[in-house]
Amino acid sequence: MTIVSRRAFIKAAGAAAATLKTSTAPAASLPRDAKAAAAGAGHGFFTAAEASTVAAMVERLIPTDDTGPGAREAGVAAFIDVQLAGPWGAGERLYRAGPWHAGTSTQGYQLAFTPADLFRHALRAIDDDLARTRNTTFARLSPGDQDAYLQTLEKGGQDLGGVPGNVFFESLLEMTLEGFFSDPVYGGNVGKVGWKLVGFPGAYANYYELVDQHGIAFDAPPVSLAEDAHGTVHAHPFIPARVDPKRS
Amino acid sequence: MVTRLKETDAVLLGVGLVGSILGRELTRAGLKVVGLERGEPRNTVPDFQGPHMHDELRYAVRKALMQDTARETLTFRNAANQTALPMRRLGSFLPGTGVGGAAVHWNGQTYRFQDTDLRMRSRLVERYGRNAIGDDISPQDWGVTAADLEPYFDRFEYLLGTAGKAGNLKGQKVAGGNPFEDPRSRDYPTPPQKEPYGSAMFRKAAAGLGYHPFPQPSSNMSQPYTNPEGLTLQTCMFCGYCERFGCEHFAKSSPQTVLLPVLQKDRNFTLRTNCQVLRVNLDRAGKRAVSVTYVDAAGREFEQPAKLVIIGMFALNNVRMMLLSKIGTPYDAATRKGVVGRNYAYQTTSAVQVFYDRSININPFMRSGACGTVMADFVSDNFDHGPLGFFGGAYIGEVMSHGRPIEFHPTPPGTPAWGSAWKKAVAEHYNHTVSLNIHGSSIAAPQNFLDLDPTYKDAWGLPLLRMTFDFPPNDLRMSEYLTQKAMEIGRAMGGKQVAGGPRRGPYNVTQYQTTHNTGGTVMGDDPATSVVNRYLQSWDVDNVFVIGASNFPQNASYNPTDTVGALAYWAADAIVKQYVKAPGPLVHA
Repeated sequence: MTIVSRRAFIKAAGAAAATLKTSTAPAASLPRDAKAAAAGAGHGFFTAAEASTVAAMVERLIPTDDTGPGAREAGVAAFIDVQLAGPWGAGERLYRAGPWHAGTSTQGYQLAFTPADLFRHALRAIDDDLARTRNTTFARLSPGDQDAYLQTLEKGGQDLGGVPGNVFFESLLEMTLEGFFSDPVYGGNVGKVGWKLVGFPGAYANYYELVDQHGIAFDAPPVSLAEDAHGTVHAHPFIPARVDPKRS
Repeated sequence: MVTRLKETDAVLLGVGLVGSILGRELTRAGLKVVGLERGEPRNTVPDFQGPHMHDELRYAVRKALMQDTARETLTFRNAANQTALPMRRLGSFLPGTGVGGAAVHWNGQTYRFQDTDLRMRSRLVERYGRNAIGDDISPQDWGVTAADLEPYFDRFEYLLGTAGKAGNLKGQKVAGGNPFEDPRSRDYPTPPQKEPYGSAMFRKAAAGLGYHPFPQPSSNMSQPYTNPEGLTLQTCMFCGYCERFGCEHFAKSSPQTVLLPVLQKDRNFTLRTNCQVLRVNLDRAGKRAVSVTYVDAAGREFEQPAKLVIIGMFALNNVRMMLLSKIGTPYDAATRKGVVGRNYAYQTTSAVQVFYDRSININPFMRSGACGTVMADFVSDNFDHGPLGFFGGAYIGEVMSHGRPIEFHPTPPGTPAWGSAWKKAVAEHYNHTVSLNIHGSSIAAPQNFLDLDPTYKDAWGLPLLRMTFDFPPNDLRMSEYLTQKAMEIGRAMGGKQVAGGPRRGPYNVTQYQTTHNTGGTVMGDDPATSVVNRYLQSWDVDNVFVIGASNFPQNASYNPTDTVGALAYWAADAIVKQYVKAPGPLVHA
């Protein structure tokens, strides 16, 4: 993996969320920066081709439709990019010693790949497959063909450079849900569109007076843990999955 | 090079719930105590403060407060004829690490095990006859009764400030409490928490069907409470960030809120964090522990001599420490001989979901960790097992603890896992679904056990623990029967659709179920079937006490923490009143 400067990371994360105001707006009126992030600009881990494939994939997993903004507006591809560029992508909290055996489904993940390696190998194999068999890329397929391709991956049986298709699909879906529903501090869930879809109030922390008002409609706008008094979310690209003694 | 330190009266392996209680009781009795904790020091301020604590991705999904599986995990297989492979990430259960241990990120559900659990074998024989228990299961008695433990349950609940309603005060039944509980000497220290909407709907439906719902005993505060240590807890705000998180409000009982501020001021107590204990060292005869060996964060090795060794880590780690230290005879599943690692058990859970239409706002995010309403009609032996073909039971209840959307986005059966149809279903059901829990017991069985893995090692080069486990048919039959009962209650709750199913095998180590791993260093009256005696003292090395859910001979329907706390006080009492005065075996086999 290439070493990416801190500046490039800030650019990647910043494009997704750093200056995005609290907004109820759907895709059309999103700030320009968020649209740029959604298009895959400014990536820390993905190549431009990988970013375009992943952006197209997550848009099918959580589409923009009449229920509201989807993974595109939420900046899910940029979220995944930042996660894979950081400690999580490098295998944080993953037991990595061999020997390696396939095991049973009840034994869980048994591949030697870190999350970053897994995406790189699988995406390369998908790219090669589509170039060879259909002379195209995933992003250029029609939405219907994209869905069919994703369904094939989901079913399993495909070998993506050593990554079983279903394992890649499950990782992608898992990270897509994370990018759609996690706090915007991570650069996904831009505009809190995931929270607004379901009515989750976010980091808000006091329901003592409301919990026994059964059935009450709670419609205060959701709050990020990294939000200032003006409603601006300050994105932090690297919050590790451990307790940081320095609390940076 | 190993640095040999000055001898201390007692050394604690782990400074979680058990370590904090034993540390407090032993220092209070005048002993010098060294606490060795593998993880970080942690305090409510600043470590658990908002808004940073309210981060679902970091704490609930990536599990920032839990054991780091990159350094230390276990291997798993369903049966002894398979090759165990490492659990490369946490999944089915979440062992804690750091000061306070798993009691930092527990929910606070605080139940007493019943006498029918503690004397399971003899009570079953009494009721169903000697031939009722086949040799495919190995239930046994604990060596203590509910009456023995009552004063210690009481003490622990008053330490925590548990919110609840008694159902049996000194033999008198009290309306609104749990009518099946054994007699308690006094009521809970604080009244029940407020009842959320879904819990109230469950209560009405269960009562309408003739059951006996009651408020779940909760160690999230219903009001401010000052415990006998002089520490004050505050009212819980129902923030929805409880299990998997530390509490910012001083509203969840944990070692940090109920004990550590007092213990850490005691001059007899020394806390050392980031210290990984490798083993307990025995004398030449293997009859006496002389010291423990540990490695600090910088990789330096130390030997800490001690007169008394308290192993009070997470249940699975207690078992591993006994095996690494070669204390007691390891269990051999083929011959069914040996004891360390024997009777590993878990919990048999399932869920039922009730889907409402969009006019009913459930507000799943307005919850505390242990709020809710449950019933004990099918717990333990509170119902006739005669014709049923299984032993054990479950509590059924509405005890939702959060609405965090990465983990919680319920959809009815048949909904695709992604795409527009999924998204529409999530939007329609997120705030309009109630989930019921069926929290079932786990019988011990000869084929389920723990030992050391022959292949995989931890970051210190020591063998990982190996878990061999699958749900015994007894427990799958129990889940089938009781999930049906919960479905009936769900159908009486007025939703438009009810979905759910029993637990089915094989056991899967990747799906979160509970962090209630039990057994492996079980307590009892017979050294042939237990690792420790009724005071939790090793039968083999009498200056080693092993304390935790690893003492449970089998797991009951209820959550384990109240019983672990009571056992910790019970053992501490025996150590202080008997062992310290006359060191040696407290029970002669």
